[in-house]
Amino acid sequence: MNFLSAFAIFFAAIFTNNILLTNYLGMCSFLAVSRKVDTSVGLGLAVTFVMTFTSAINWLVYHFILTPLDLVYLRYIIFIVIIAAFVQLVEMIIERVSDILYASLGIFLPLITVNCSILGVSLFMVIRDYTFINSIAYGLGSGIGWFLAIIAMAGIREKMDRSRIPNGLEGAGIALIIAGIMAMAFVGFSGMLNLS
Amino acid sequence: MRAWKEFTKGIIKENPVFVMALGLCPTLAVTTSAVNGVGMGLASTFVLLGSNTVVSIIKKMVPNKVRIPMYIVVIATFVTLVQMFMKAYFPALDKALGLFIPLIVVNCMILGRAEAFASKNNLFYSIIDALGVGVGFTLALTLIGAIREMLGSNSVFGMQLVEGFQPMGFFVLAPGAFLTIGVLIAIFKAIEKKNKEN
Repeated sequence: MNFLSAFAIFFAAIFTNNILLTNYLGMCSFLAVSRKVDTSVGLGLAVTFVMTFTSAINWLVYHFILTPLDLVYLRYIIFIVIIAAFVQLVEMIIERVSDILYASLGIFLPLITVNCSILGVSLFMVIRDYTFINSIAYGLGSGIGWFLAIIAMAGIREKMDRSRIPNGLEGAGIALIIAGIMAMAFVGFSGMLNLS
Repeated sequence: MRAWKEFTKGIIKENPVFVMALGLCPTLAVTTSAVNGVGMGLASTFVLLGSNTVVSIIKKMVPNKVRIPMYIVVIATFVTLVQMFMKAYFPALDKALGLFIPLIVVNCMILGRAEAFASKNNLFYSIIDALGVGVGFTLALTLIGAIREMLGSNSVFGMQLVEGFQPMGFFVLAPGAFLTIGVLIAIFKAIEKKNKEN
């Protein structure tokens, strides 16, 4: 039963409740970095990785430190500090361990601290009262959902380089309209699964 | 008249939403109605004012390497204050805005102003800048909220507009948000280009 609900949450986070296209989180880096497919693959992987681990760490901190000490009202500050510290740590480890990985992922890591989808996932998990397993499933699913959305967007924008765009629409304007059309497609998934 | 210039630039020339395309997450998410737009705009303005003030005061004490985490902690503190205030005095608005109040912490517009302006300018101009950008943000959110409410639920600020008009629920959903803002950004850009040519 527990396993099933984690599974449902995982798929719902990718398709029906996509963190980017239905909850609008992580827009800034989505618009800024979606010009090329390979850079967006790098950012997408980094986001998925950080999101999965910070949701697990934040769950543990929230339930074993903040709740017993009655410090729940400090959660925004604590969560964002944990996310920033984790990102910094990962950056340092990657830099030591692998040059190739650092070249492809490292440059995106500082961007991730202020990616609102990461903090959003941690906050949703608290509001919805997920268990530990479900939080990890939700973090991983949301990361993959974000990853899918940014790759699709980058693919479309690469093709768009060669087409003529109406005056004024180039840049953020057309990107948002494409995101709107993609969101319509994702609305089509709704009803398959439901996240309360 | 530098102060006046710093104030007005945030409203039109460097409007955070329409020109800089910053702070889009709350802009897309909460603007299902004009009232929500105003509420979110004012909450963000308060946080921006607080963070610009503090950042401008502490800018010389913060080591360069840890400045971004420091700024985020300052912002998170003000966001916590706003959330508590909203919960106590405007519970309905707090419910409607939901998760997006805490998410002001990672609103790139606020961090952007701290990094680009308050960490380089004195207290007075930082406050003026925060007020200008805040007003620009609030106006943008109100405009988007009004348009979406008009098309999506046939009302503005909760008042019904046209009798018997079947509203397009599409505009209250996610795709409507993206399309509305995309079109508005395009309009702003086209006007700016025209002005430059003349």
